[in-house]
Amino acid sequence: MATLFQGVGAVTPFSASSSLDSNKLLLPSRKSLSISDSRGSIFVYRSDALNLKAATRKQDLLIPNAVATKGETSTSAKSGHELLLFEALREGLEEEMERDPRVCVMGEDVGHYGGSYKVTKGLAEKYGDLRVLDTPIAENSFTGMGIGAAMTGLRPIVEGMNMGFLLLAFNQISNNCGMLHYTSGGQFTIPIVIRGPGGVGRQLGAEHSQRLESYFQSIPGIQMVACSTPYNAKGLMKAAIRSENPVILFEHVLLYNLKERIPDEEYVLSLEEAEMVRPGEHVTILTYSRMRYHVMQAAKTLVNKGYDPEVIDIRSLKPFDLYTIGCSVKKTHRVLIVEECMRTGGIGASLTAAITENFHDYLDAPIVCLSSQDVPTPYAGTLEEWTVVQPAQIVSAVEQLCQ
Amino acid sequence: MWISKTIFNHFKSRLNFTPNYAPLSLLSPRRFASTIAQNPSTFNSIHDANQVIDFPGGTVKFIPEMRFISETSPKRIPCYRVLDDDGQPLANNFVQVSEEVAVRMYSNMVTLQIMDTIFYEAQRQGRISFYATTIGEEAINIASAAALTREDVIFPQYREPGPLLWRGFTLQEIAHQCFSNKYDNGKGRQMPIHYGSNKHNYFTVASTVATQVPHAVGAAYSLKMDKKDACSITYFGDGGSSEGDFHAALNFAAVMEAPVIFLCRNNGWAISTPTSDQFRSDGVVVKGQAYGVRSIRVDGNDALAIYNAVQAAREMAISEERPVLIEALTYRVGHHSTSDDSTKYRPANEIEWWRLARDPVARFRKWIERNGWWNDMAESELRNSLRQQLLHSIQVAENIEKPPIEDIFNDVYDVPPSNLREQEQWVKDTIKKHPLDYPENISA
Repeated sequence: MATLFQGVGAVTPFSASSSLDSNKLLLPSRKSLSISDSRGSIFVYRSDALNLKAATRKQDLLIPNAVATKGETSTSAKSGHELLLFEALREGLEEEMERDPRVCVMGEDVGHYGGSYKVTKGLAEKYGDLRVLDTPIAENSFTGMGIGAAMTGLRPIVEGMNMGFLLLAFNQISNNCGMLHYTSGGQFTIPIVIRGPGGVGRQLGAEHSQRLESYFQSIPGIQMVACSTPYNAKGLMKAAIRSENPVILFEHVLLYNLKERIPDEEYVLSLEEAEMVRPGEHVTILTYSRMRYHVMQAAKTLVNKGYDPEVIDIRSLKPFDLYTIGCSVKKTHRVLIVEECMRTGGIGASLTAAITENFHDYLDAPIVCLSSQDVPTPYAGTLEEWTVVQPAQIVSAVEQLCQ
Repeated sequence: MWISKTIFNHFKSRLNFTPNYAPLSLLSPRRFASTIAQNPSTFNSIHDANQVIDFPGGTVKFIPEMRFISETSPKRIPCYRVLDDDGQPLANNFVQVSEEVAVRMYSNMVTLQIMDTIFYEAQRQGRISFYATTIGEEAINIASAAALTREDVIFPQYREPGPLLWRGFTLQEIAHQCFSNKYDNGKGRQMPIHYGSNKHNYFTVASTVATQVPHAVGAAYSLKMDKKDACSITYFGDGGSSEGDFHAALNFAAVMEAPVIFLCRNNGWAISTPTSDQFRSDGVVVKGQAYGVRSIRVDGNDALAIYNAVQAAREMAISEERPVLIEALTYRVGHHSTSDDSTKYRPANEIEWWRLARDPVARFRKWIERNGWWNDMAESELRNSLRQQLLHSIQVAENIEKPPIEDIFNDVYDVPPSNLREQEQWVKDTIKKHPLDYPENISA
């Protein structure tokens, strides 16, 4: 896949780190980057443990830590190691395979090829062909196989080469994976992890640009999480593997090459918690996966215009972390949801319903939800770009919301 | 290292098995070598370059004549049978079963028959909502279970309660499940006949057709990784063999060399669809070779033939780490379920003929009686006692409370999340406010 180092929008993602090291070099360089510069150039995304200071916020020092991450105990910016998101996934996977011999991986081309996005690279050599299993092309059946293996005591991770292919596995995921723990009266557990890249990429065509979270969200019995940074990718991968419930881990095709410094110590994140990316006062922006970066870029512009957005990466798509979201809504009274799903029946639609039901009294304005249009993703680059929510739209939505 | 043991067994098994066709150059061991891709041409075993082409997958001879492989062969694959219709052994080369095992098999077959009759009647009387009988397929049900061990995991479709009975699931537990009361170990969540019991290594029945077939392959893969002396077995019907999951599962099992037995109950009917409308191949047994799976066709109404075949298949599956397909030919004497009246699509006298003249239970009875292990008195004692037990179990199960409200919301996840707890509270509050609108026999 050729999307190695292409710019998505020249944003420096803020990491959810609490260490307050301030003097780093990125500030001047960030100011010079803009969307138009990103065409064809090469960027490496850095979300070092430093940049919360960069935004011109009013209260600099006091961060009532609504950050939902655990294990960030390193105080020195030099500790930890840098890696790319797909490497973070692999590290999480490898640590779990090392820790528990029942963990195994199955999917197309995950073995010697190392996976189409290299998440499983090197694992077949290390753990052998039985634990890193190349399967024939039959998604429903290898997902079924994973379910059978899980019921008999293994902890399989099923990789869909692209999330869209898992539509073929819908029968097994919905009727068996989500249901068998329940219909068997709790006798059989299915600790399976189903993961893969999804979302709109760079001109991959309609069939390879699917956002399956909207289709899967109704299935009872499964949990869904979406990772967005190397830090949470590794933590969520480990948490998903350790969970007794079936978990679907959504990765994004364009985020695999994000680079970040993550701790050396072992850490596992919670599957049901949202991540406070940027605390603020004026408006709550809820987002997940790739849109987090568009939102953060819009946040820069908004800050320059004098707004103070609170950005939350919801991470847990099923169930929603209504606690974190609720605290935020009670503080800001305005909600903007930015997602890549389509408008109809997307995660944003469910989130809007959940917030309205639970926090209606705290809202000063109707919830605004920015999503992709209800169209298959076109191939032409310009058309594709406009099916995805862009920072400019986010900025004007906030301005309108905050009037 | 166990990886090299796998390679050793892989080649050892190849040497022992003599196929009746010239094999293409054997599966390249590249899969187990875990290093660089090797040049396929290094695997040429035939040196005459004028006769062969070496495409990926192995060398293959070429011929100048254009020959299509016929869609049918002149003769159907023959069917393995041990006892004739009269219960007489056709030859002496079968694995003998002891008196104890034979009598136990017979009793279980009778139990299944009577259980089906009585529960079917109970449904007709409106006491349970649904039932599906196994009439005509008792031999497949019991004899296959008898040939397995308790460690072998079973993935049923829905017409195989026999293995559960063989493994000690009681009639009372069957009744609890059919009445969905609070003693059902499925907690009242599934329709009748959707049994499941982890203690008996019998996986919960799901209504979806053939979804259990890949599950069995996954379980076999798991058993193989744990190096257990056990296999998995899965049952499905002629209709189930049309589902995509069946084909992919056979393919997977062959590629992964998983110790799984695929047992197809070809009973001639998929609700109202006869096999002539289901597939145009010679049944299901021929499909095995297409996927590289060893297969056999067996007389499904012959308990000893099923017993012998399953026992041999289990041995092959575990020691050679390979899947085996068994097609058991039989006839579905009962209707598809209580929601079906099969006289609408097949002649009533055909059903009667199979029910009486080809009854697998009667046939096996003749064999055990001839061996002096059974007689009329034992028969009537057994049947009466079973009838009593069943009626009693039904009465007991009918009067037990249904599962509590919490069981609507438990086990969706390992720990109920807050939204489900809220929903549960809402239901409970509603019931408290409007008690007359809700049934009484729900435990608090």
